[in-house]
Amino acid sequence: MQTSLGTPTTSAIVSFLVIVALTLAVTYWAARRTRSTREFYAAGRSINPFQNGLALAGDYMSAASFLGIAGLVALRGYDGMIYATGWLVGWPALMFLIAEPLRNLGKFTFADVVAFRLRQVPVRVAAAFGGILTLLFYVLAQMVGAGNLITLMFGLRYEWAVLIVGAVMLAYVLFGGMIATTWVQIIKAILLLFGVTLLTLLVLSRFHFSPGELYAAVAARYGQAALEPGGLVSDPYDAISLGLALMFGLLGLPHILMRFYTVPDARAARSSVLYATGFIGYFYLIIPIVGFGASALVGREIIRKVDPGGNMAAPLIAELLGGTPFLGFIAAVAFATILAVVAGLTLAGASALSHDIFTHAIRKGHASEHEQIRVARLATVAFGIVAVLLGMLFKGQNVAFMVGLAFAVAASGNFPALLLSIVWARFNTAGAVSSIVTGALMAVVLIVLSPTIWVDLLHHPAAIFPLRNPAIVSMPVGFLTGIVASLITREPEAEARFHDEKLRTYLGIGAE
Amino acid sequence: MHRTVLESEEFRRLVAGRWRVSLVLTLLLFVLYYGYIILIATNRQFVSRPVSGATTSRILIATGVIAGAWVLTAAYVVWANRYYDPAVARLRARAEQP
Repeated sequence: MQTSLGTPTTSAIVSFLVIVALTLAVTYWAARRTRSTREFYAAGRSINPFQNGLALAGDYMSAASFLGIAGLVALRGYDGMIYATGWLVGWPALMFLIAEPLRNLGKFTFADVVAFRLRQVPVRVAAAFGGILTLLFYVLAQMVGAGNLITLMFGLRYEWAVLIVGAVMLAYVLFGGMIATTWVQIIKAILLLFGVTLLTLLVLSRFHFSPGELYAAVAARYGQAALEPGGLVSDPYDAISLGLALMFGLLGLPHILMRFYTVPDARAARSSVLYATGFIGYFYLIIPIVGFGASALVGREIIRKVDPGGNMAAPLIAELLGGTPFLGFIAAVAFATILAVVAGLTLAGASALSHDIFTHAIRKGHASEHEQIRVARLATVAFGIVAVLLGMLFKGQNVAFMVGLAFAVAASGNFPALLLSIVWARFNTAGAVSSIVTGALMAVVLIVLSPTIWVDLLHHPAAIFPLRNPAIVSMPVGFLTGIVASLITREPEAEARFHDEKLRTYLGIGAE
Repeated sequence: MHRTVLESEEFRRLVAGRWRVSLVLTLLLFVLYYGYIILIATNRQFVSRPVSGATTSRILIATGVIAGAWVLTAAYVVWANRYYDPAVARLRARAEQP
């Protein structure tokens, strides 16, 4: 098969320019509505549940899940589907455990909730540390992925790709704040769902719209083994550990949690999770069909030749079935996906720096609106520059594990403190700080000692920690540290305030 | 009035009921997802059985896990809209009385 991948075709450039022009127009519109911190961080709490559901889905459906899972399914068959299910199951857990209390207790960041009745300065600093660590690993993976993908699809130089992503997303966040970031996510989510639906229909049209025939074609070409689990879950402990990180990591991702403050109340927060789960579930149901379709129609040899990681499976099948114009559209959508996700991460990073560190830890809550907005914009530029630099610095490195690391840190550092602060009266400042710091560092240290880094990257003969995914150890460590540290110290004010906090947690009285 | 609402039997039951529902649903989610992971990690024969043509039972199970996760989410929303919100509205009205 001849492919125009890697050459900037007219359709790709036009699709890309249309998307960028549209999102920048939205940013211009949003910029005129972004004056207060409430608007910059939380879109004035004016987003409705359907819109927020789409925006949450947009934040979550990164290029890794679109191109990555399609590629995994294309090259490794069923093993890719295990990832697809794992990515989804965090959403119900988010709903059951924290969505509504999070909305009722917080203002702009998840640190608002953890610090609600505890000593502000230490808790804010610890929560910002856990949050920013998570975001840095996440944004690093996105930036390096962006550079590679755009080079593969448009033939652009890596450095230029990273710079363009950095510049465009900075424009969104800097001028349009959360309003622009939300609408960029919504546009991108609709384009992505539309593009992948079309791709799925095109694939199925070759098999009389019967998934069974598609599986039969895959089995005929690569044997029944393609439809069976391979090496991915040979070790049940590792598989469960990965599942824990994926499920509970979501409950500690700052850019996702931040979205709950864009809706008016807890009831709207609840409905948005249902919409988001619907969109994301639908996406992960159809994306394996694209992957299997690429495997059956394009063939694994060609997919692997274009990119050994399989990331080009979806663009290749798009070109085969819809020609160069459709490939251009899909490539532009993938680009938009990266832009939107990086924008969301940057806004979350900026809010941790400005709202948690500057306003609450440095200024003890006393900073004027004007000053807060200025610092928020400075923090946005700072985080954006760091993101671009990280992208440049890690060029050519294998950073696929970074997303897993971000989820492990979120599940082990941020999530335990967040949940304990909501449900446990005795939880106190010592517990929160030690839980976040220990859980997050534990996840990082265990990943370094695991086969992923110790053997694959540092080339030691054997790993010190046997599992590739640390969450099965580091998440319980996060919880235990928080519980033990709370039990051996006392903070009567925090305990007294827990009682009153309940009216806000469960009834929303006094919620922002 | 806040104190009387906080100490009322109805508020206590609201909070206890909310966590009971949440924990039951979380438990079902655990059984659904980790059951699936453990099943494919330990029991090759069962999951590799073709159901019809090349479609193996595990493809159907993976689809079922995604659908099941959504159904659990929807169940929570239905419960919360039907039982939790009306109770919240009653208690709020009482708490905000002068």
